[in-house]
Amino acid sequence: MTTSAHGRAPVGPAPENWAGPVPDPLTDPARTRRIGEPMPRLEGLAKVTGRIKFAAEHAYPGMLYAALACSTIPKGRITALDVADAERAPGVVLVMTHRNAPRMNPMPGFGSDPKAGGFDTLPVLQDDRVHWNGQPIAVVLAETQEQADHAATLIRVGYAPEPAVTSWEEAVANGTAPTTIYGGPGRRELGDAEAALRAADVSVDEVYRTPYHNHAAIEPHAATVLWDGDELFVHDTTQMVAHSAWSLAKIFGIPEERVHISAPYLGGGFGGKGLWWYQVLAAAASRLAGRPVRIALTRENVFRTVGSRARTEQRVAIGATADGRFEAIIHTGASATSRSADLSEPFILPAQCTYAARTFKLGVEVAYLDMMANTSMRAPGGAVGSFALECAIDELAVKLGMDPIELRLRNEPRQEPIDGRPLSARNLVRAWRAGAERFGWDRRNPTPGAVRDGEWLIGMGCAAATHPYVRSPGAAARITLHRDGRAEVEVAAHDMGMGTATAQTQVIADRLGLEPHQVTFRFGDSRLPGLVMAGGSQQTAAIGAAVAAAHRELLAQLLKLVGDGSPLGGLEPDQVGSLDGGVAALDDPSRHESYADILDRAGRDRLVAEAVAQPPEELTARSMHSFGAMFCEVRVSSVTGEVRVTRFLGSMDCGRIVNPRTAASQFRGGIIMGIGLALTEELVLDDRTGRVVNASLADYHIPVHLDVPEIDLIWTDIPDPHAPMGARGIGEIGITGTGAAIANAVYNATGRRVRDLPITPDKLL
Amino acid sequence: MNPFGYARAADAADAVRLGSAPRAAYLGGGTNLVDLMRRNVVAPATLVDVTGLSSAIEERPDGGLLIGAAARNTAVAEHRAVRARYPLLARAILAGGSAQIRNMATVAGNILQRTRCPYFYDVAGSRCNRRHPGQGCDAIDGHNRDHAILGGSPACVATHPSDMCVALAAADAVVHLRGARGARVLPLTELHRLPGDHPEIETELEAGELITAVELPPLPPGAASGYRKVRDRAGYAFALVSVAAVLRVERGVITAVRLALGGVAPKPWRARTAEQALLGAPADPATFRAAARTELAAAVPLRHNAFKIELAERTVTAVLADLAGEAR
Ligand SMILES: Cc1cc2nc3c(=O)[nH]c(=O)nc-3n(C[C@H](O)[C@H](O)[C@H](O)COP(=O)(O)OP(=O)(O)OC[C@H]3O[C@@H](n4cnc5c(N)ncnc54)[C@H](O)[C@@H]3O)c2cc1C
Ligand code: SF4
Repeated sequence: MTTSAHGRAPVGPAPENWAGPVPDPLTDPARTRRIGEPMPRLEGLAKVTGRIKFAAEHAYPGMLYAALACSTIPKGRITALDVADAERAPGVVLVMTHRNAPRMNPMPGFGSDPKAGGFDTLPVLQDDRVHWNGQPIAVVLAETQEQADHAATLIRVGYAPEPAVTSWEEAVANGTAPTTIYGGPGRRELGDAEAALRAADVSVDEVYRTPYHNHAAIEPHAATVLWDGDELFVHDTTQMVAHSAWSLAKIFGIPEERVHISAPYLGGGFGGKGLWWYQVLAAAASRLAGRPVRIALTRENVFRTVGSRARTEQRVAIGATADGRFEAIIHTGASATSRSADLSEPFILPAQCTYAARTFKLGVEVAYLDMMANTSMRAPGGAVGSFALECAIDELAVKLGMDPIELRLRNEPRQEPIDGRPLSARNLVRAWRAGAERFGWDRRNPTPGAVRDGEWLIGMGCAAATHPYVRSPGAAARITLHRDGRAEVEVAAHDMGMGTATAQTQVIADRLGLEPHQVTFRFGDSRLPGLVMAGGSQQTAAIGAAVAAAHRELLAQLLKLVGDGSPLGGLEPDQVGSLDGGVAALDDPSRHESYADILDRAGRDRLVAEAVAQPPEELTARSMHSFGAMFCEVRVSSVTGEVRVTRFLGSMDCGRIVNPRTAASQFRGGIIMGIGLALTEELVLDDRTGRVVNASLADYHIPVHLDVPEIDLIWTDIPDPHAPMGARGIGEIGITGTGAAIANAVYNATGRRVRDLPITPDKLL
Repeated sequence: MNPFGYARAADAADAVRLGSAPRAAYLGGGTNLVDLMRRNVVAPATLVDVTGLSSAIEERPDGGLLIGAAARNTAVAEHRAVRARYPLLARAILAGGSAQIRNMATVAGNILQRTRCPYFYDVAGSRCNRRHPGQGCDAIDGHNRDHAILGGSPACVATHPSDMCVALAAADAVVHLRGARGARVLPLTELHRLPGDHPEIETELEAGELITAVELPPLPPGAASGYRKVRDRAGYAFALVSVAAVLRVERGVITAVRLALGGVAPKPWRARTAEQALLGAPADPATFRAAARTELAAAVPLRHNAFKIELAERTVTAVLADLAGEAR
């Protein structure tokens, strides 16, 4: 490698094919300065001093406030709808129901088009039908929020109820249906797993259950909506600006360019901040009223009108040889869905990639209920699937009399287990070893119930964490290079609070050879280039690849500008790279010219380069997943069954870590959510009515500080040669494995195996 | 929320006068009342703010305490005399809500807080006899994990959610009241009513009657006291079961005992049957457990809450064993 005077090498164009043999130059630590730094969040100060506006904080002259009235039956028809009192109530400007709502097209369901962003496919307020208990049936607009809220309670509704499926047991008894996983197969098989299971020396075969979960983002869903003629402007809180804009355009039958969504700041999303009814209703009502509208859902509205993670019932059966080699992995079962979502909770994802086995039978089916459309929530499939799989492995280890880490290491695959794709970078074994050492796993007493401190039983548990590497097609970036050496980079991406803008500023600084203060990263706006959803933990890679493509384009344009006198004269784009605020020859960095000089001499104020990321061929060519080894210690009261997590360690293997500070927060946040999954969270649907029972944060128990111990984190930091910057996703993986690690620790503490989440005190009496 | 009027009471007499207006409600910290208004469970026409009334905590010559009804929960829990003489009360208060809620909540408001039964809160979508007499009860055959095992009726099986009240019940607290017909006192254990056929009538208070203070007599000399709460998460959750107890053991024999349970009944549950079994008996786990069982013999489990019977038995036994260890 050839380096500059101060020892760094130019950053040349990124590979044209991410599946190919040449990695991103930014995977090489000698080419990076800012990647790997714990840079504080750029917007942190502005956020904690209240200088940032969220979706419900924008105000316009004449703006009206919206309140929803929602159905109280799960299925049927509205036979009477008396809105007279509501219309007469003080301050009310409009009551919109299916009778007077503008005609609209159904929501384009997510996945039905690359840009479709609806998580429900029902037409909104277009007829008298009720599809779930809690469905919005009217919107009230008034001069103040209080007036709107009050008027909404004055609406009187009569229903003709129809028989509805509102209990899980009934839905399962009606028969479950095969389904897909984001359009891919919902069933994967290798060999005859049932036969291999029967023939195995040792086996486990158990059923695990997980309940509905709510995202419980700190910022409830909200939008401020404004029409200008037939142009729609929305301040939203969404993790998919471009998808939402396209979908709203379809719903209202207007060209895509006429919808503009701005969502630079979110108070959390976790999969729940997509396109739901509230934005559509606000836009429709605003159009009818001819005034701007703010809709800010109450917490109860969020619970009743925004989808949650679906309930699951999973069978995991593992057969092994006496020395612990897996002969069969069976992971099947069903998750709940509505007809209008038809979305599975893909709990087989961990079983597809974590272990080698001679045979596999994996399949997820759906059971239909008349319920609110379910949706993705942090680590769809992985969060609840890893609970079942990793508990089953622990159970098998007990039967084999083997250390559960040793059992896992013995089944480490050398390729993608089912389809044989070659591994990209997989260092889970290293993560296990480093984690076990740091956590003090050797101090664990394998005999359940053997360690006690007064009434408290103490146990340790572990589990593997995993999340697929994702990079959806369509991400694009625009780089504007200014004569003074500053660069603006624009991507229709999102920062839900996880630090996207900060991490990308570091990446862009390194890619362009600039200082972070010279870089402005713009995001969270549908007018910006490309299609990037903040989902699948993909943004670091997706934005990284888009910026890399634009960088390649930028280098080509710059070379076109350099004249004969330039030290860069005669070089081709793939012979140069960015270094020290300019362009340098890859094999001789002393041939260097600054961006400012190049633009100056060419008489240009700025240069704009825009490109779409290369298609994600690495996804199909390689086995790429983030992994982690999760360790925890719990104390369980032998009197009350209360569980306290007292220590937690995540030993992560997610490729290169771009920013240790924001990454640690992502891991930690995921692990905290995993503690909730393990111990406290359950969204209860009344099985007679399908109505959410605990529609408040007093009753839906997310962990509080007292439930969360200090969380220790380490990571391998080994770059993935096929990922931009060598970085795989980190946002969701923390919640995976955590539930099982806790459940396994509870078993080690008490000898009690709880296969039905959450592990509340009553289950341990 | 409905439109409403607001008035701030200058003193108790003023409060009672303002409170006699139709559909008036006293406003303490508002942490419960305002929530209920926002959810449309209650719709008072006027709020009479009583946070300006006495919040003094006075030490009585007999060693007891008189606590003004407007005293904030945090102030009570932090008070030196409360911590020294009534540890069960300090612990019970600190086991409730969050710091922010305790900072706002008043003693009277805490006593009169309404049930957390989710169907009670769901005005539009659920039936509830307590909220709408005669409507039916969606909890009895519904999701009733948090509901009562003692003292419920076919009309209502809600629990009283207060932690503080459980300690007050065990401490033999007396509530000072003032109404249109003058002042009176009532033992805390007689303030709340069991639902019977009329769950909508929750207390013995007359319309417009005001709580002015809570009085605590001294605990039996030499007695230890404590509070333990079992909940679904480590903080900020209502009790599945809670136990407040006062216990004195002399030469291995129980010579004074007061026991109250929370999370299991529509009112703070003074466990007098268990107390009878305990008094004069040897202070050992077998006694404690047997006493808990006699109290819980009357328990009627619902579909989702049978675990509370065993949980209550275990928690009572553990709390008494702890106190016996302390008292010995
Ligand atoms: C999220 C959450 C969690 C909570 N967790 C717990 C918990 O774990 N344990 C627990 O014990 N509590 C808990 N609480 C309840 C809390 O303790 C009560 O809300 C609080 O004590 C009520 O006091 P307040 O002064 O705010 O009453 P308010 O809300 O003002 O009033 C409550 C009732 O008392 C009446 N009232 C007030 N003052 C008087 C008076 N002087 N005379 C007559 N009537 C009066 C009001 O009219 C109203 O009916 C929780 C509350 C919330 C919101
Ligand atoms: S238990 Fe009581 S408060 Fe709950 S729904 Fe039934 S009647 Fe209402």
